[in-house]
Amino acid sequence: MLDTLLPILFFSALALAAIGAVRRVRLWRQGRHSPVSLIRGLIAMPRRYLVDLHHVVARDKAMSNTHVATAGGFVLAALLAIVVHGLGLDSAILAWALLAATTCMFVGSLFVAKRRRNPPPRLSKGPWMRLPKSLIAFSLGVFLVTLPTAGILPEDLGSWVLALALAGVVAWGLGELFFGMTWGGPMKHAFAGALHLAFHRRPERFSDKHGGEGRSTGLKALRLEDPATKLGVEKPADFAWNQLLGFDACVQCGRCEAACPAFAAGQPLNPKKLIQDMVVGMVGGSDAHYAGSPYPGKPVGEHAGEPHGPIVTRPSTKGGTALVDAETLWSCTTCRACVEECPMMIEHVDAIVDMRRFLTLEHGNTPNKGAEVLDNLIATDNPGGFDPGSRTHWAADLNLPLMADKREAEVLLWLGDGVFDMRNQRTLRALVKVLRAAQVDFAVLGNEERDSGDVARRLGDEATFQSLAKRNIATLGQYRFARIVTCDPHSFHVLKNEYGELGGNYEVYHHSTYLNRLLEEGKLSLKAWKGGTVTYHDPCYLGRYNGEYEAPRDVLRALGIEVEEMARSGYRSRCCGGGGGAPITDIPGKQRIPDMRMNDVRETGAELVAVGCPQCTAMLEGVVEPRAEIKDIAELVADALIEDDSAESTSRDEAAGKARRAEEEVTL
Amino acid sequence: MPHNATSSSHAGLQVAVLVSIGRHPLTARARRADQDARAVEMALSLDDAAIRLVHAGGNDDDNEEALRGYLGMGIDEINVIKQASNADIVPALVTSLRDAAPQLVFTGSRAEVGEGSGLVPYLLAEALGWPVINGLAQVESIEHGVATVLQALPRGKRRRLRVRLPAIATVDSNAPPARQSAFGPARRGELAARACSSMPDELQAQWHMQTARKRPKRLKIVKSASARDRFKAAAAKAEGGSGQVLSDVSPEQGAEAIFKLLKEEDVLR
Repeated sequence: MLDTLLPILFFSALALAAIGAVRRVRLWRQGRHSPVSLIRGLIAMPRRYLVDLHHVVARDKAMSNTHVATAGGFVLAALLAIVVHGLGLDSAILAWALLAATTCMFVGSLFVAKRRRNPPPRLSKGPWMRLPKSLIAFSLGVFLVTLPTAGILPEDLGSWVLALALAGVVAWGLGELFFGMTWGGPMKHAFAGALHLAFHRRPERFSDKHGGEGRSTGLKALRLEDPATKLGVEKPADFAWNQLLGFDACVQCGRCEAACPAFAAGQPLNPKKLIQDMVVGMVGGSDAHYAGSPYPGKPVGEHAGEPHGPIVTRPSTKGGTALVDAETLWSCTTCRACVEECPMMIEHVDAIVDMRRFLTLEHGNTPNKGAEVLDNLIATDNPGGFDPGSRTHWAADLNLPLMADKREAEVLLWLGDGVFDMRNQRTLRALVKVLRAAQVDFAVLGNEERDSGDVARRLGDEATFQSLAKRNIATLGQYRFARIVTCDPHSFHVLKNEYGELGGNYEVYHHSTYLNRLLEEGKLSLKAWKGGTVTYHDPCYLGRYNGEYEAPRDVLRALGIEVEEMARSGYRSRCCGGGGGAPITDIPGKQRIPDMRMNDVRETGAELVAVGCPQCTAMLEGVVEPRAEIKDIAELVADALIEDDSAESTSRDEAAGKARRAEEEVTL
Repeated sequence: MPHNATSSSHAGLQVAVLVSIGRHPLTARARRADQDARAVEMALSLDDAAIRLVHAGGNDDDNEEALRGYLGMGIDEINVIKQASNADIVPALVTSLRDAAPQLVFTGSRAEVGEGSGLVPYLLAEALGWPVINGLAQVESIEHGVATVLQALPRGKRRRLRVRLPAIATVDSNAPPARQSAFGPARRGELAARACSSMPDELQAQWHMQTARKRPKRLKIVKSASARDRFKAAAAKAEGGSGQVLSDVSPEQGAEAIFKLLKEEDVLR
């Protein structure tokens, strides 16, 4: 009797899954066109899954092994079961293999079930709670119906009641694992996830066989040529189709939620919920069925959307809610902690900036100081609205060599907007002192420099970003230099990774990397560190965005500092709260992100935090005392400098300074 | 953002806003003029009013960019009356306003470039025979051809005025700030240019123009003995003397006096 029932069950489940797959693909295809190579993607998919995805999953060893057993067992069992039970191939070897596969899957399922006994809050509940039962049903059911085929049990054992019961168990498993895979059950992540890996919008983020680590963090430029096209993402259907596919791949593991600084601070953002909301929007409906943690302070069930309906309502249409609220999008610090943690390789930050672009460029609704900062960037090329002619006032006594005079230098020192900030001026002074001590041939753009466009771009103002970037590229094009060095990781990232698309390709170094090089070349001699314990805070735009975790630590080591690492450091470093224009849009939460970061520092007992970013410096120094002291790496190096070989240049500077002072006295 | 307090809609109300090319005080880059943008914001805050933006002047590329700043506030079109660079724009504006016959005309108090005398609204009012309100802070209601508005006075004071329409109202920095100008709508909006005979400004032609020089500020010497005196001098009201000192009164009496004052000052109604 099972011999007739099982093929019917298997093939009807497969047929339903195929129908579901077509429906799902049609949902994704609502999105905008996006050029990806389908064939090459499918070929690359197994490697992307086995290497890149598993690299992320394996950060949690227990879960990784559970997944390998369950998923590996399932894929093998499913294929074999189709052959053995679906096609009725009577092979003892295949049957034994099938038994092994289902056993493996069963063991894995037990671990899944154990994890679901008392799940951490980041995991979604709801349908996900029945998944281990379904997995057990499938593995156990297929195991039992295979026993006669393998010759362990006689073919006609038991009554038709038992056969029917077994068929029922198998049907349950099939329903979840075949039918549910394409009709929106928890197993959807396998189907959508596999295709998402194949057709990922950033194929360059995956590693390759030749040892390339694969990193793609620069935002994609928005095409501004055609005035008729809508800018940014207004409706779920305005996303690229493979972005929609990516949202659908979410497995709701909540690793993003656990890493998100805005969520931890009680700001109304939860990356997992955001991705699920995009899925709700793509399918159409309300978020009432969402079974994970909500956006802090925003109950589930009040928002709904449709593929061709707006994601965010205009504030002028009073009181209405759409799919998400604007402040959810503006809470993001673009720190990429979610993207780094996501085992499904979903690009949260891209999606958030896409939606911000619409709010800024089409609605004109950048919250709080956003509009003012953007107006300043347009009118004065810096976010503070300072006179662009006063960019080098801070260095009036330093005699900085100007590119306009020299035309050529080995290093172009990119100062960034920190020139207007008195705290950052100290860092810049230190950096200049170190470069002079190492006798680096450098020059600055001076008043010709503009904001790199980082803030404008993260606030969604792509037009201002591109205008600033193009003018900066034109300026840089006039001069000859081997490399750019900057002490601002945001400028560093934009110059290195985002100017390329607009025609500016440079060799760019963060000052920590460059200082490390100078140290390795023996161009700097340093005194031994005498201070107390030191910890290091990884800036997001240096670490996660550009993979530079070691150079700053090497510099500290060269100073004789033993870094007392924070619990969250390296690729798991917690954001200072200063990225993505978050201090400008300033969405209220329960606590401040820099305070949380300072608590991380406090836990290490360090007396000093070494930083490498003007934003981090500003955010962390904004934390009330008592707290650890904050010093930039450049300042630490400058303080430890043994200056005998640079005495000549300093004395010359001093002489020049004296001469100038004398002049002033005369004119008075 | 403060919006119209009354629920009455202004259906059918024709509002014209005169906009000019602004200039950033630090970089001298062309932009939407701040006060004119506030005038546009004021017009946009009126429910259901038909808003027409008018600009009279030369129309080179730089200016187009600046005018588009107004379009980015959610305006579909600006009527550009093309004028020669040395023209007196008042006659052209008078003709335009007479033809369009709006009930209300909003504009900034003074331009950020050129003469910047702030006289245009008065000259227009004189030519058209309409009243002028300066320092408009809020339009409260418009009923039967009479507008009730709040006028901004120094030190945050407000005066309620009733004006028979049509009227011209100027807006200064006491008016609510202008909304953000969005790039997309700014680019899509239309500049409907219309040629118009321009009258050369003969008076201005005789003037000798030169860039303003920053003049040293006269030191304000406050003769006072204590910090308290200096603070009082800085915070003193221009006029006053109508205060009342209450001492040894019951809480009820005190509350009553405060309540009375708040009513007098129109904080409570």
